[in-house]
Amino acid sequence: MVLQLVMAPNWCGCGVASANSTKISTNAFKMSSNRFNFSKPYPGRAYRVTAYYSLTTPPYELDALEPYMSKRTVEIHWGKHHNEHVERLNKHLKTSAFYGHTLEEMVKATYNNGSPLVEFNDSSSVWSHDFFWESMQPNGGSMPKGGVLDQIEKDFGTFTNFKDEFTFAALSIFGPGWVWLYLKKNERKLAVAPTQNAISPLVWGDIPIIGLDMWEHAYYLDYKDDRSAYVNNFLDHLVSWHSVMVRMMRAEAFVNLGKPKIPVA
Amino acid sequence: MALRSVVSRKTLAPALRHYRSLTTFTLPDLPYDYGALEPAISGEIMRLHHQKHHQTYVTNYNKALEQLDAAVSKGDAKGVVQLQSALKFNGGGHVNHSIFWQNLKPVSEGGGEPPHGALGWAIDKDFGSLEALVKKINSEGAALQGSGWVWLALDKEQKILKVETTPNQDPLVTKGVSLVPLLGVDVWEHAYYLQYKNVRPDYLTNIWKVINWKYASEVYEKESA
Repeated sequence: MVLQLVMAPNWCGCGVASANSTKISTNAFKMSSNRFNFSKPYPGRAYRVTAYYSLTTPPYELDALEPYMSKRTVEIHWGKHHNEHVERLNKHLKTSAFYGHTLEEMVKATYNNGSPLVEFNDSSSVWSHDFFWESMQPNGGSMPKGGVLDQIEKDFGTFTNFKDEFTFAALSIFGPGWVWLYLKKNERKLAVAPTQNAISPLVWGDIPIIGLDMWEHAYYLDYKDDRSAYVNNFLDHLVSWHSVMVRMMRAEAFVNLGKPKIPVA
Repeated sequence: MALRSVVSRKTLAPALRHYRSLTTFTLPDLPYDYGALEPAISGEIMRLHHQKHHQTYVTNYNKALEQLDAAVSKGDAKGVVQLQSALKFNGGGHVNHSIFWQNLKPVSEGGGEPPHGALGWAIDKDFGSLEALVKKINSEGAALQGSGWVWLALDKEQKILKVETTPNQDPLVTKGVSLVPLLGVDVWEHAYYLQYKNVRPDYLTNIWKVINWKYASEVYEKESA
């Protein structure tokens, strides 16, 4: 989030009514109360703080995912596609009722149970792409360890089964979409699901754990039409099990995944 | 051969009566070389688009048709309905791309030449000018979120030309049963990404240099007769 300080002469957004006034006119309002003591380099004027979204940077250099995802792909995918969604979202927010919402809230609210509002596409794309870059790391892939591996084996049987299910779901999508490993809140287990266009498990109330962009722009420059090579390389070399662990830890604050270990005296 | 003598006509006949042959589809040939549309569309894109993408739609459409045939024969209503999205996606992909290859023509063979005759007049009547039509198709194509097609359509019932978009591989007819496709522009990323990257508007600007208006005119004249 980036905060922009906007100077707006003769407009005070703090909404403090002077106890002595019966009619409040913005021109006549004086910030006379001593409670608010912020510095005013421009006496007689007031400030309005606005906040819009910005393009968050992936937690690695743009060429760090080579050779499995080229620098050129990351530059264009992040710098053009992801950036375009951020800019379009901010444009909507200038006049949208959802200004001020967190991204997650906005995605859920603008999905509107399947009749998405105009802000949905861009807000969900911004959220999903932030999530996507953080789902990967240089020297990723291989195997998860510890609690994450235990949970995957519990819910998929074996780690290989999980990989097969994830790959099958990724290749089953008709058109642009995403494939997710996510935590089902009610069933308290991990599952894999494909989604269309910009939809994510956020819209149906579950907790995403891994997100893989299956839009053509995500892989076409590197893999052309060979989607299975893209998905296999993601699973074997890019997916960040560290991110998965952190996300699972956070998810456990909302979902009870196991029996508590109560020591018996 | 040996089998024929074992299987008599009597046992074959009932089987033949119930046998309904399934028409499967094959990838149509392009009426020009892969590189013939350069520099508007690169040869690499044309080759991949035709040999990989369109071929995959044909293959998967045939598979879905076989599964449909089996489900229909068994009276498996649930199975039939479940196959609908695969049929629409892959069948639509085959239908749309077959039209698309006809919509393109190398410059040396008349690609890019503006429409004359009945279609030219209809465009002027319904859109004002060819430039206005191109501008409308380009802006709708650029604005399409995700994947899909943008069409110049003839509405046979209302007898006017329209610009429509369809998502994914939905054929034009899903937007209206009386719509006939005259021109379709594929705005899936695989249609332009290797050459134009994310700049879809440049692809749309350049594709007009190889659009086959002669084919569109022929379809228009045939369908508006």
